[in-house]
Amino acid sequence: MVDRLIKKTEVADLVNRLLEKYRVYAPVRQQDMANFQEISTADQVDLSLANTTLSPKSIMLPHSESMFEFTLDKTANQAGILREVETDHTPRVIFGIRPCDAKAFQLLDLNFDTPAYKDPWWVKRRQITTIVGLGCNAPCATCFCTSVGSGPFATEGMDLLLIDGEDEFIIQVITAKGHELLNDLGIQAEPSREKKDMVTALQESSLQSIKSVVPTDSLKHHEATALFSADFWEEVQFACINCGVCTFVCPTCWCFDIQDEVSKSNGIRLRNWDSCMFPLFTLHGSGHNPRSQKLQRLRQRFMHKLKYFVDKYDSGVACVGCGRCVQQCPVNIDIRQVFLLMNDFKV
Amino acid sequence: MLNPYLPYPVKIDSVITETEDRNLKTFKLVFLNSADGKRFVHQAGQFAELSIAGKGEIPIGIASSPTEQGHLLFTVNRVGVVTTALHQMMAGDVIGVRGPLGNWYPWEQMEGKNVVIIGGGFAFTTLRASIVYLLHSDNRGRFGDITVIYGARTPGMLLYKDELKTWDKRSDIQMHITVDATDQPDWKYNVGFVPTVTQEKAPSAKDAYAIVCGPPIMIKFTLPILRELGFPDERIIMSLEMRMKCGIGMCGRCNIGTEYVCTEGPVFTLAQLAQLPPEY
Repeated sequence: MVDRLIKKTEVADLVNRLLEKYRVYAPVRQQDMANFQEISTADQVDLSLANTTLSPKSIMLPHSESMFEFTLDKTANQAGILREVETDHTPRVIFGIRPCDAKAFQLLDLNFDTPAYKDPWWVKRRQITTIVGLGCNAPCATCFCTSVGSGPFATEGMDLLLIDGEDEFIIQVITAKGHELLNDLGIQAEPSREKKDMVTALQESSLQSIKSVVPTDSLKHHEATALFSADFWEEVQFACINCGVCTFVCPTCWCFDIQDEVSKSNGIRLRNWDSCMFPLFTLHGSGHNPRSQKLQRLRQRFMHKLKYFVDKYDSGVACVGCGRCVQQCPVNIDIRQVFLLMNDFKV
Repeated sequence: MLNPYLPYPVKIDSVITETEDRNLKTFKLVFLNSADGKRFVHQAGQFAELSIAGKGEIPIGIASSPTEQGHLLFTVNRVGVVTTALHQMMAGDVIGVRGPLGNWYPWEQMEGKNVVIIGGGFAFTTLRASIVYLLHSDNRGRFGDITVIYGARTPGMLLYKDELKTWDKRSDIQMHITVDATDQPDWKYNVGFVPTVTQEKAPSAKDAYAIVCGPPIMIKFTLPILRELGFPDERIIMSLEMRMKCGIGMCGRCNIGTEYVCTEGPVFTLAQLAQLPPEY
């Protein structure tokens, strides 16, 4: 589809027009952090951020969300019977998401939208959301997206991609949904030949600037049981304090817990993010715990992302190379090093 | 689209205390809406999530056979928050059921074959479902010899005592009931651990499948005996337990390697388990 063009001075106006019809989520500076949040005015948006502190996964899988509600009042005829909580399903736009984070949504589709079962909240949120990405002219030192099937201008999971071309953004149209959004906003201008060439050069230099490379070619050929019993886990886990920050910031960590909460006679069943780093995650009622040791829990996280997921779905690793866990880990465990250990493993 | 997390409302029809320690109770559940009951079509070996509003959910094997119409049975050991709350409930109370979930014992594959069922303690629930299913007049002719070895710590800790007696009297099923120990002078069944009794009774491996459910220690010592008897790993079938939340392969905690126990399991052959990391 034909590319479009918008002047940077027009972006605020564009966002404000989006806000008239959509709930808009965009990167916003929040004191020491920067995160995606629902915005109310265009001036909140900050497209200059390299990337947000947390991944935008909460837009599709909220950190905590009410699934069902119920009353325990015995005099009510529906006492103890769960009913779905009303959820806002009006259309939304994610504006300014990076390619790695957009690809993560596609990977999570493999878990939440399956032939056997569909997670209704995930599926609905995916349907009502139009995704406007933002290419990366200046990737971080910790970015390794190009090794894991993404890239600074990759378009997987996006409907539109904005590419920063100095005074303007070139808009790549990826899907019909994105095309519709542009027409809806009346954006008709097309980039000149020169502009396109300039952008191509920008993309090339951005690609060249990514120095972090991890190997993935041998992951699927190893025996899972052999990798599982490898000696290197002892070394990798040594410093780990099982804090769970890696899973918290990760765009492809989706594990969740389901809990009931009651106040007086009203209750909700909710789901919260959970983490394989915590012993309670797998603790049986009997007291038995298949992953009682931190080595087992750390191994589960990396094996899941770089081996089990690869084998199960044949869609690559469950990592998009955003580098957040590398930046945030308090004891400097580096997933890039684990890629190397696992991929180049010799029995 | 039906929400796979939404339990069907059911009423507790009756509660039976199964064991002398009063820690195991069987709950007979009846669907509040008959349409839900029609949708709930299960196979022996599957499980369901029992839901108590305000407490949460627990995955429990279905103890009733698909041939028993109009209700579901669940035998529940009291261990945690939800099971304790359930044990305090009575006939007439409303809870929820979500399922059926997971896979089941490979009945089609076992057609025409002999079936050896080995159970210990309170893991006998889906085995009860299996025995009732196999003995049903529609099914009994489809299978060869049926042998059951079932053990508990004491006579009072056996589940389904009345049914055990009935099955023991039948000629189309070979029952070997055992207890670890007893001081009952009139105890007329076996005394000894399940692995030992399995070795003594030595069920033939010829054209036979073994289904094994029980505590880890029983499984650990029974498997070598089955191998000695000539059962190949492909015909030793086990049902695993794991902490679960969603029950539909999404929440991420019950995996063994690539396999989620809630969807790819809970039933695995020993041959399948040998391909997976030993983490369960």
